[in-house]
Amino acid sequence: MTARAPAPPPAVAAGQAPWQSSLGRFARARETGTLALVLVVFLAVTLDNKHFAGSGSIQQLLTGASLIALLSVGQAMVMVTRNIDLSVGSVLGLCAFVDGNLFRTEHIPVWSGFLIAIALGAAIGAINGLITVVVRVPSLVVTLAMLYIIRGLDSKLVNGVIVVPSQVPHAFVDVGYKTLLGIPYLAIIVALVVIIVGYAMRTFRPARDLYAIGSNPEAALLAGIPQGRRVFTAFVTSGALAGLGGALFLALFAQVDNSAGVGYELNVVAAAVVGGVAIFGGSGTVVGAALGALLLNTIQQGLVAVRSSSFWDEAIAGALLLLAIAFDRWLSLRVARGLKSAEGAHREL
Amino acid sequence: MSSEIAPPPADPTIAPQFRPEPGRARPPLWHAVARWEAGLVVVLIAALVFGSSESATFTTKTTLFYAGINTGYIALMALPMTLIIITAEIDLSVASTLGLTGSLVGDLWHHGWPIWGALAAALVVGIAAGALNGVLIARAGLPSIAVTIGTLTLYRGISEILLGSQTIPGIGDRSFPAWLTKAGVVPVPGLDISYSTLIFIALTIACGIVLHATPLGRSLYAIGLQPEAARFAGLRVARVKFWLYVFSGLICALAGILLTAQNSSVSYNAGYGLELNVVAIALLGGVSIFGGRGTIIGVVLAAAIVAALQMALTQMTVDPNVQEIVIGGLLLVSVIIPNLSRLRVLVRRFRTTS
Repeated sequence: MTARAPAPPPAVAAGQAPWQSSLGRFARARETGTLALVLVVFLAVTLDNKHFAGSGSIQQLLTGASLIALLSVGQAMVMVTRNIDLSVGSVLGLCAFVDGNLFRTEHIPVWSGFLIAIALGAAIGAINGLITVVVRVPSLVVTLAMLYIIRGLDSKLVNGVIVVPSQVPHAFVDVGYKTLLGIPYLAIIVALVVIIVGYAMRTFRPARDLYAIGSNPEAALLAGIPQGRRVFTAFVTSGALAGLGGALFLALFAQVDNSAGVGYELNVVAAAVVGGVAIFGGSGTVVGAALGALLLNTIQQGLVAVRSSSFWDEAIAGALLLLAIAFDRWLSLRVARGLKSAEGAHREL
Repeated sequence: MSSEIAPPPADPTIAPQFRPEPGRARPPLWHAVARWEAGLVVVLIAALVFGSSESATFTTKTTLFYAGINTGYIALMALPMTLIIITAEIDLSVASTLGLTGSLVGDLWHHGWPIWGALAAALVVGIAAGALNGVLIARAGLPSIAVTIGTLTLYRGISEILLGSQTIPGIGDRSFPAWLTKAGVVPVPGLDISYSTLIFIALTIACGIVLHATPLGRSLYAIGLQPEAARFAGLRVARVKFWLYVFSGLICALAGILLTAQNSSVSYNAGYGLELNVVAIALLGGVSIFGGRGTIIGVVLAAAIVAALQMALTQMTVDPNVQEIVIGGLLLVSVIIPNLSRLRVLVRRFRTTS
């Protein structure tokens, strides 16, 4: 509304306010909805098997979701810009092994294990970003190729070597299984990342640019947003988080071979989609993506707790994923209709 | 295209050398072939020369046969994938559909079904799996990449429910009929190729004709380039997409049966993770991930390159992991090279500013 326009009749202001606030509520509700689902699943399973609510079980739930949640934070940033990063599973595997191998042969200090993994992941993310941005090749193709290249490099490096728990420093493994006030370190680290990145994506202008790029690239270009730099940053972040995931993988399992992280990429994308990140960019939050990972993991472990057979896990997870996608579509259609009718009412007046 | 339609006037915004020749409704076919597919032919020849110089056994019939065994069933799934990607969609559930149909054959066989019944049921389930994808994508309008990641998990999960951790035929089971398992590991009589290669060739010809020489096939490009425009032009976009997914499901079931025959056994994780290999072959073949571009011949060449490289590297006893690097590198180079002109522009801009 321009300043020169006559003062709007109260009806218009009243007509505008509800959809704006309902849109805001909707944005919040998407994450609240995922969280509520997590709680519903948790309570339902607990009714059947009270051990599910035990502190050990809850710690396992958080730990189990941590790695996918961490990777889905980076993935959400990339997906918001209408791109995708399929190389995360391979990057995690490579970084985990490089770390483990350095511990085995060089006895590097524990802190450098984290730094090296993050730096290596960020470097691979930079390659992904550079090729996507500079050569303008679709990121799905670039990161698919990188998935193979990194996995091949990893296997070449591993070459039959298996890093075993006795070769990983105790202090490093502690990060994987020790707890603080009953909460696993792993979950705390991931929660910190989610909070920091989540805050940045809400508040900082460069991070908001990612949404602009994803919802309308032409408009973002005209608005003077440096698209290349922003998308590049998203890929570097995703790579760095996958690298950190590699270090945490090693800390969690204390051993690593060339199968670390195989197939993670699609789980990570699935978690982001369940958490409300649109596959075509422009909407979704990293908090939602992380909650999506928590939901998928809760369902998976809940099924194990309810029945002794775990053969049903995957089928149910798949069906739920389809439901989440359909539900998301239905919600967005409703919002679109709401916007349209609000606009129509505004015009009539 | 009928000759009564007058050619459009020369578009002044297109540089003269790129304008279509007057009097021609469309540029000659070789124009399209010359760009991407020629490059693939060069790479294929290089791979063959490389293979025969590095390994004495490369230029034998056995190599051709085993290339078919190793890559045939994957290449088979790349054909419907090509058609789907041309319409700007994707099907990531192919490997899970393969696993599901294979597991179903194993499960029904385990429960005493005759083999023909089991195979027919597998084909029907393949079609049903494709139809579910098709309904969700074409009718409900959900994004195909998300839907097929969902069905990837779902179909693999159903295989797991069917077979659990057992391998069929297990202890106490009848083994699969000899004709089926033999078909997996012996060449077609009179030819030196595997059954999977024969089926691939037949299907390639069929897909090639449909895609490049029928209105239906040409409409796929229109759908991929401009779905809205295609719809207003009277194309039944949703229906075409639906049937493409059904076709994909059927072919994956066929691949599942072939793999079962080759292995003489089946477990729920058969073909795990192959979906990305299938996509990689299609993309290497010059199919644009954004839709509207790609040829069957390109995909066939890409499949041949992958098969030849894999055989050559295996015979040189290069370990399979390096083969992954080679295939990934090839895919990366193949998408970068056509865009090198962009790099040149950037370098020039960099020079002028500094």
